[in-house]
Amino acid sequence: MNITEKILARASGKTKVSPDDVIFANVDKVMMHDVSGPGVIAVFEKLKKTGMKIEKLWNPEKVWVAEDHFVPAADKISAQNVVLLTQFTKEYGVEKHFKYGMGQYGICHTLSHEEAMVLPGEVYVGGDSHTNTTGALGAFAAGLGHTDVAYVLLNGKIWFKVPETIYFKINGKLPDYVMAKDLILKIIGDIGTDGGAYKTMQFGGSGVSEMSVEERLTLTNMTTEAGAKSGIIEPDQKLRDYLAQRGATNYSEVHGDPDAQYEKIHEYEASELDPIVAKPFSPENITIARELSSVSLDKAYIGSCTGAKLEDLRAVAKIFKGRTVKIRTEILPAAISIFRKAMDEGLVKIFMDAGAMVGPPTCGACCGAHMGVLAKDEVCISTTNRNFPGRMGHVESKTYLASPLVAAASAIAGKITDPRDIK
Amino acid sequence: MEPFIKIKSIAIPLDKVNVDTDQIIPKQFLKLVQKTGFGQYLFYDWRYEKDGTVKKDFVLNEPRYQDSKILLTRNNFGCGSSREHAAWALLDFGFRAILSTSFADIFYNNCFKNGILPIKVSEQVLQKLFESRSEIEIDLEKQTITNDDITISFDIEPHWKKILLEGLDDIAVTLRHNNEISKYENAQRNSSLRVS
Repeated sequence: MNITEKILARASGKTKVSPDDVIFANVDKVMMHDVSGPGVIAVFEKLKKTGMKIEKLWNPEKVWVAEDHFVPAADKISAQNVVLLTQFTKEYGVEKHFKYGMGQYGICHTLSHEEAMVLPGEVYVGGDSHTNTTGALGAFAAGLGHTDVAYVLLNGKIWFKVPETIYFKINGKLPDYVMAKDLILKIIGDIGTDGGAYKTMQFGGSGVSEMSVEERLTLTNMTTEAGAKSGIIEPDQKLRDYLAQRGATNYSEVHGDPDAQYEKIHEYEASELDPIVAKPFSPENITIARELSSVSLDKAYIGSCTGAKLEDLRAVAKIFKGRTVKIRTEILPAAISIFRKAMDEGLVKIFMDAGAMVGPPTCGACCGAHMGVLAKDEVCISTTNRNFPGRMGHVESKTYLASPLVAAASAIAGKITDPRDIK
Repeated sequence: MEPFIKIKSIAIPLDKVNVDTDQIIPKQFLKLVQKTGFGQYLFYDWRYEKDGTVKKDFVLNEPRYQDSKILLTRNNFGCGSSREHAAWALLDFGFRAILSTSFADIFYNNCFKNGILPIKVSEQVLQKLFESRSEIEIDLEKQTITNDDITISFDIEPHWKKILLEGLDDIAVTLRHNNEISKYENAQRNSSLRVS
């Protein structure tokens, strides 16, 4: 069995599972945020109306809650939703509620690794499509709708059809100025936005061993854009060290068997990659950054669970140091812990010296909700994950998806720029 | 939920691939948490001009489709954000069935949980349905799709079929079997070694 099959077998008390088996898995962690949470609460209310009594959750210690999409409260309704979430976590004794304005908080997928909320070998589900991100920690991580999250909150279990796994074997090392974001955009460009539909995308090989944990998280994060059920990477010493730094040492790793089966194996030579950009209006619409050097921009956005981790910010700072931005540039670290480190390392000073705006962690503008959305016809280069029509604002705005290095170089040049051309 | 047994209606042809949930229900409406009333915001940016007037050339706004219960659409419908509001909006607008060559995974499951039947059909069948203007009958009991030109059968997991036919609530149904599930789980656990 491969790692995903072994995790699902263990979680369902079976010795063996195969793709397409339907299993009933015990869930180790479940997450909801300020969009899915109120939706889940609505499902609870509906159940209560049918006469069902909901006095307690299956296990409040395994539930955690993030405020990320509409914080700082975008308007009265979103403020009310945060109140609703707070009432819920109080009523049901959920202690792990990361609140905006009270110490650590941030984008849910970022907290999953920053706070080691999820551990290797676990089954983790969340009310958000980018829950896949956390698979880089060697866990089975998948997004669910509100009804399914409500079900897990009550029962601690959920049905899964065991997915087929596509294995991406990455050989060699990414060249300077090429990041994991470029690799995953290349992969999505090759397999398409439904190329991973109801499958697990697993990444391995020397190229992945070379990568930091944060870079690996960028790979699994965007498996969602290929329609994948989950993304996963096997644990190694780098991951153990990463988790140990966050106080997590007690977990039971799962590794694939030597004869693990994969539906398909795709090989990539990391050293041959160039900086890549996905053009509007799909993450699969890729080309190399240099081909877009005539595209003028209105804004650069460095944010989200995909592109505002500490190393993403360091990459931006490397380009920004001693330079000034030519276009509106917003940098929103993905969690307070990252914001603090960026401050301690002097990155925030570099950003502000360059003329960029530094803001609080939020999903805000990535999903076009608030905190800097795009006007009609505005063109943005962004370290985020989606560029569907209207994703970051007006339906006639345009978003180009890129790595933090490409976004930073483009902010300095005012048009799409390969970071190697700005040295 | 209202049981789904048989429906007959003209189908709205939405000739687009990769329709993501933000097109189905844009982000500004996610703050609303009641499950009803989302229909007015369905495909918002496609249906309305900036000043809120109805776009006459968008297919959902054509008078002949006003009572349609069936949506025809292209590959990978419902991709993107996991928001269940997308299913709520489609249902509230009046859709009970969606026919496409493929659906995004989370959206697909969300449909069943809200009384909508998503049906995967082949490229050729979908094309025929797009070209035909006749009414389509979907018979869930028999698992058939029929119009003036063709009758084809479709697949559905028995669990989902039962849920839709009886108009059951998925959570309530499963919780009703909690004791049996635990019994089964324990038996399974005792009969097999755990993998380390």
